[in-house]
Amino acid sequence: MIEIKNLSVDLGTFLLQDINLKIERGEYFIILGPTGAGKTILLESIAGLHPIKSGEIWLNGSEVTNLEPERRGIGFVYQDYALFPHLSVKGNLLFGLKQKRRSKGEMQLIVEWVTGLLGVSHLLERNPSTLSGGERQKVALARALSISPQVLLLDEPLSALDPHAREGVQQELRQIHHRLKATIVHVTHDFEEAIALGDRIAVLGEGRILQVGTPEQIFRQPNSEFVARFSMSRNIFAGEVRDADDGHVTITIEGMKLEVVTELRGKLHASLRPEDILISRELLRSSARNCLRGTITHINDRGSTLYLTVSTPLDFICLLTRRSFEEIGLRVGEEVYTTFKASAIHVF
Amino acid sequence: MVTQIWRRIAARRLTITFLLLGLIILLFIFVPLLKMIFSSSPSLLFDTLLEGEVRSAIWLTLYTALLATVVGLLLGVPLAYFLARHRFPGKRFVEALIDVPIVVPHTAAGVALLFVFGQNFLAGKAFHSIGIDFVSAVPGIIIAMLFVSVPFLIDSAKQGFEKVDVRLEKVARTLGASPWQAFFRVSLPLAWRSIFAGSVMMWARGISEFGAVLILAYHPMIAPILVYERLEEYGLDYALPVASLLIIICLLIFIGLRSIAYRGERA
Repeated sequence: MIEIKNLSVDLGTFLLQDINLKIERGEYFIILGPTGAGKTILLESIAGLHPIKSGEIWLNGSEVTNLEPERRGIGFVYQDYALFPHLSVKGNLLFGLKQKRRSKGEMQLIVEWVTGLLGVSHLLERNPSTLSGGERQKVALARALSISPQVLLLDEPLSALDPHAREGVQQELRQIHHRLKATIVHVTHDFEEAIALGDRIAVLGEGRILQVGTPEQIFRQPNSEFVARFSMSRNIFAGEVRDADDGHVTITIEGMKLEVVTELRGKLHASLRPEDILISRELLRSSARNCLRGTITHINDRGSTLYLTVSTPLDFICLLTRRSFEEIGLRVGEEVYTTFKASAIHVF
Repeated sequence: MVTQIWRRIAARRLTITFLLLGLIILLFIFVPLLKMIFSSSPSLLFDTLLEGEVRSAIWLTLYTALLATVVGLLLGVPLAYFLARHRFPGKRFVEALIDVPIVVPHTAAGVALLFVFGQNFLAGKAFHSIGIDFVSAVPGIIIAMLFVSVPFLIDSAKQGFEKVDVRLEKVARTLGASPWQAFFRVSLPLAWRSIFAGSVMMWARGISEFGAVLILAYHPMIAPILVYERLEEYGLDYALPVASLLIIICLLIFIGLRSIAYRGERA
């Protein structure tokens, strides 16, 4: 368990202030914030890699505020992997174990275990520069796990990866969390990543923690404009993805079935961009697989564009240009059709 | 056909112009060196090498420059690392100061050193009390070489350390390394090539030093001073074989060490 009490950190141009967080043992905790919010520095402060101005950091019931990083037992993974370029993959994995003076047999066992866990056994003799982004990040994760850390700190671990590799590493993170019951603190600027992985999310902005809660709380009940900006103008739903009888794939959200295109199955999330939804008065004949009838419950006028909330009864936020809005002539309370492609829904 | 060739040449006008200008400076460097090496017959060079005075001068030059480099490594590498890792007011000034020995006339540098390490001055007195004298002695040669050549090592090592991502050191810390261990297991191996290249430069620069050594320690005589003395006392014919020998030795050492430094770089 990690407890951060009244932490403040000097970032040169501004301060991180009054940071109070309590992260439970075995929790997957996300710190969500825009670029430049001081997320990396916050993580480095927890690890003891960045000097703090004031406050306390507690790890599993003992205070570590003034403890050297090498004695905290914290695994750290950076966005761009930070693998030692002068060592092979194996050398990277052995670095921490040699430091802890483990016996040869023990080191061998641990290396086999972590490489097996992350599926990188075949890369042991390779040089880090020859690996793909996804492979590097898995090796970096394996290296952090090799010292059996009490906590795993991940600094934007998916941001440098291409979409395909990102999905793979995301699965690994879920697995590690699930199988090792690991306590993980993961910082990101990506809202969907936060929702997909986090048990709880803390939103960091303007130098402080603005809101802490479950993913649902964060995107359903944002407590400030800043938090809302992360989720606003997005449609995000929790649901279950299954194979339908007709060979298609559907996600069931609060009893409503939508067709999607994805390899993933199970309890997941779906997002849909407001500009990908077509609004019409009549049922459209098109190739789009999803078409729902609903009522306009709210219109948010932004000048050249407007956001409509359409209750189907699931609430969809749809983006319209002023021109098409005026052409169709829509008002609150009117019935419309929302149409969108199965491929427009992003499942994560 | 001809117009096509002309067009092709025209398309590469910049490359060709730069190549021609570059060739001029290459010839300027190579011709004197090669002429020097080949102007003395091999047998004359060999006879020169057998002269006790010449051999001891060359040997003295090589090992004093090497000792200066060792001192430079011990004191300069920590400074290089500090400068690469810390920001502080006046840092630029310190960095400029380090390069001053390169730009001042080396005879002036020698005089400046004399004012500190001479027997009537501060450091000179202190060292004299433990039996080390600088004027007209081997330690004098070493500090003269150190003074004028250590900037090359510090600059190169600093650049090497700057290229090492701080986060590699931070990760090493989380993996259980103390700051010392992180330095010796991560930063130093990664900056090694730059440090080695800087050391080679420093050694080479030390071997070739004349002005500062001339002021501090004319005797015992290092090779560059021997060349100068023979030229002054006996004329060009006597200076030439020694000079040729010196150039050949420097060339061999320099090429050899550079190939070590850049071995594996292509990989």
